[in-house]
Amino acid sequence: MSSKSSCSFLNSVVKKQIMGVSGLLLCGFVLTHLLGNMTLFIGSDAFNKYSYALTSNPLIYFAEAGLLAIFLVHILMAIKLVIENNAARPVQYYTRKHSGRGSTFASSTMPISGVLTLIFLVIHILGLKFGTHYETEVHGVVMRDIYKTTIEYFQDPLHVLFYIIAVTSLGVHVSHGFWSAFQSLGWNHPKYMPKIKLAATAFGILVSVGFSALAVFCYFQGAK
Amino acid sequence: MGGNSTDTMSLKLKIWRQKNSKDKGGMVDYTLDGVSPDMSFLEMLDVLNTKLITEKGDSIAFDHDCREGICGMCSLMINGQAHGPQANTTTCQLHMRKFKNGDEIVIEPWRAKSFPVVKDLMVDRSAFDKIMAAGGYVNVNTGNAPDGNAILIGQGDAELAMDAAACIGCGACVASCKNASAMLFVSAKVSQLALLPQGQVEAESRALAMVDKMDELGFGNCTNEAECEAQCPKGIKLDNIARMNRGVVKGLFAARK
Repeated sequence: MSSKSSCSFLNSVVKKQIMGVSGLLLCGFVLTHLLGNMTLFIGSDAFNKYSYALTSNPLIYFAEAGLLAIFLVHILMAIKLVIENNAARPVQYYTRKHSGRGSTFASSTMPISGVLTLIFLVIHILGLKFGTHYETEVHGVVMRDIYKTTIEYFQDPLHVLFYIIAVTSLGVHVSHGFWSAFQSLGWNHPKYMPKIKLAATAFGILVSVGFSALAVFCYFQGAK
Repeated sequence: MGGNSTDTMSLKLKIWRQKNSKDKGGMVDYTLDGVSPDMSFLEMLDVLNTKLITEKGDSIAFDHDCREGICGMCSLMINGQAHGPQANTTTCQLHMRKFKNGDEIVIEPWRAKSFPVVKDLMVDRSAFDKIMAAGGYVNVNTGNAPDGNAILIGQGDAELAMDAAACIGCGACVASCKNASAMLFVSAKVSQLALLPQGQVEAESRALAMVDKMDELGFGNCTNEAECEAQCPKGIKLDNIARMNRGVVKGLFAARK
């Protein structure tokens, strides 16, 4: 057990707030990523130009390092919390029943959906960012043909299926995490909380449906 | 007493038995006939204990005191829910009419590292007293009882403070939380003082001190599941936890000690 002075700044409330803030920042990234990827619907040039605009900017390395740091904080803190929470109840109940008025599917599966998202993240980066490298020329500028890589990647129906499962899990994760962050930060107000919870559900659906639609779209693009 | 129900019930009970804090313990099956639907849950256990004593057995230890739903002594995890299936109700106020003839009822003690089992269904909840001792009081001298309306308190604040003060410290929040977190209890105790003028002076340092003590005692972390709110016999709201969270942030930056 940590001494009083050392746990003051990392008490259970602050730990949850670190989870909440890092989670909200990651929500921001997921939303930006989804909106950016919408250029796929426009066509190959739009998507490649968007990708080139991002990767050719020298600031991208700072952005990537920052993103990695946020991910690490969120993941390491989650591991610490899960270990502590398991230790808080060494003997389990013989039988357990939820009241139906508190815990939800999303809230009770946060560690599972989190781990699924992490596995997905690794496969996703290896398959696309570090996937097959093609080059193309758009308006006289030579750039990576990430569009071709993406379409090719989703020609495998198993990839499409895996993506749908993974982003659905991510959607479930954020549907609890998004409103939960507000509660952890102390921003629970009877007037706004129902709206924040509604926004969390809407965001969860947007993430699941949006990214799934992109994967399915890519699958059918290749069949043309 | 003396209700109109004449049909009695026969129940299959599965009860946690543990000789002392060092014993491993286990579930033991009992059959109990002649249970009146008008009995409270604890009266049903009294009947079982009378039967066990008559048969020269060891009676089942469980906590109880006022049996009026206000002392916070009764506990029991009944069929996997703190204080049983009825919302906003303590075990002593739960009646057997909530169950049917032939039902199997599983009865367990609160489960948490910070609530060690003393015997059978009794747990040691002195961890809550230690949290209270860490700051759950007003330190400043507030003098004698002031005139009735000398300190004006808005109706809304008074109601919120009273709602928080309804917490009886039974520990159902810890028992029902999947992480065995004591956040709802601590936040109710922080809020009942933080909402009123006498308590506001030390609001931040109090929140910080009580949270620190809670962590030190080995309770889990809150994951905002709200199962505590749902199973609390006194309907303590999750808003209190948010208020405490705000207090902790302020405390970290502004507390004088």
